Amino acid sequence: MSVVGMHRSAGRLEAGLRAGHFVMTAETSPPDAGTAGPVLERAGCLKGLADAVNVTDSAGARPHMSALAASAILAQHGIEPVLQFTVRDRNRMALQSDLLGASALGVPNILCLHGDDVKKGDQPETKPVYDVDSRELMRTARRLRDEGSFPSGRVVDPRPGLFIGAADAPIDPKPGWKPDGLLAKIDSGADFVQTQFAFDLPLLRRYLAALADHGIPDRLFILVGIGPLASAKSARWMNEHLFGVHVPAPLIARLEGAQDQRAEGRRICVELLQELAEIKGVAGAHLMAPKQEQACAEAIAESGLLKRRRAA
Amino acid sequence: MYAVRLWSIRHARLMERIYRLFEPTLVALGPVLARIGYARVEGPVVAVERRLKGLLFDCQMCGQCVLSSTGMSCPMNCPKNLRNGPCGGVRADGNCEVKPEMKCVWVAAWEGAQRMSAGMVIVDRQKPVDHSLKGTSSWLRVVREKTAPAKAAQPR
Repeated sequence: MSVVGMHRSAGRLEAGLRAGHFVMTAETSPPDAGTAGPVLERAGCLKGLADAVNVTDSAGARPHMSALAASAILAQHGIEPVLQFTVRDRNRMALQSDLLGASALGVPNILCLHGDDVKKGDQPETKPVYDVDSRELMRTARRLRDEGSFPSGRVVDPRPGLFIGAADAPIDPKPGWKPDGLLAKIDSGADFVQTQFAFDLPLLRRYLAALADHGIPDRLFILVGIGPLASAKSARWMNEHLFGVHVPAPLIARLEGAQDQRAEGRRICVELLQELAEIKGVAGAHLMAPKQEQACAEAIAESGLLKRRRAA
Repeated sequence: MYAVRLWSIRHARLMERIYRLFEPTLVALGPVLARIGYARVEGPVVAVERRLKGLLFDCQMCGQCVLSSTGMSCPMNCPKNLRNGPCGGVRADGNCEVKPEMKCVWVAAWEGAQRMSAGMVIVDRQKPVDHSLKGTSSWLRVVREKTAPAKAAQPR
């Protein structure tokens, strides 16, 4: 991989990517709790397995413990967080101060997102902020890090160390399609991208080929989204309800035919991990499964990819 | 318009009387509006409400009107959108901290409330703004609530 450059953060995720390892990130959702214990109970199983753990920011527009606080708790306990940072709940001033605060608390990675619409959540009367969009958030983070200044010009010293991430959804590219969205995110400062679920590998290969045509794999690290499917029913639900997700029919049939659908979902995940590790242009995988951190941890362990890394 | 807004607050008593005639009339029309369909009448009613209340009160169409509880001074004109009294920044002359040329919305509200017969509801606590109602008709919401209290606020 040629995305070699100066390290921007003190994180292991960035170090692993720049060393050319196939990295694996997972996801945890902060609890509805006012103490640190439940954060670690959920995500603790990923320690030593996931290179970093994404911490969702009141996903589904339902408030949970602050993602920044949960990220700091993980960082204190040796689990590297990827702080998911939405522009839904904070204006630019709050975003800027939280970016500095995150870095100061030992959070090396941020994933810049718009955030789920408040109307889909459990308090639809909420005022959504959207003072800036996610690309502007990336620009702001990059400015704080690389220029050491706020948008107003005021100096920040020392500068925050932040590895900046964006989200993306793999599509089946039509001939002549140009990845304008992803290119704009790179221009805005994205160092890495984590994609929506990509269970359809032939589609993913076509997508990656289109990205390669525009030189994207040389400009940012691509982490492909997958996960241990819980059941055929949940796979069907994802196809219907999650934007840009396509679980192919043969995979659903395989789940359906299995004695233990959950175990089969994990096996599929392991196979996908092993296949992804061989695909050129894929820097790593991002495992998502709501409240199934344990299943993600097992899939990473069973893939054998960490052992291979140690052997190399 | 600012001058008209101040005039309306000076005539809060008159505004109160007009609204006391207007609201029952509108509520009486409830069954008719329901038959036509609230969704269908929403657009035209919003257009009228926006223009009329915009002229008289600088209405911001928050969709949950509290003019009767705020001395006919619209709290959405407060730069901090405060709906439960003034902030700590009111100037000695009673003007706004953020807009020094404007009289504090809550100073005006208190004066308006004194002129009204039921103005003292100004001390009642207002709930946080429901932002999903922005741009919708407060009038129709009142009609819906009074004719079918169980179904409440809508639309979302």
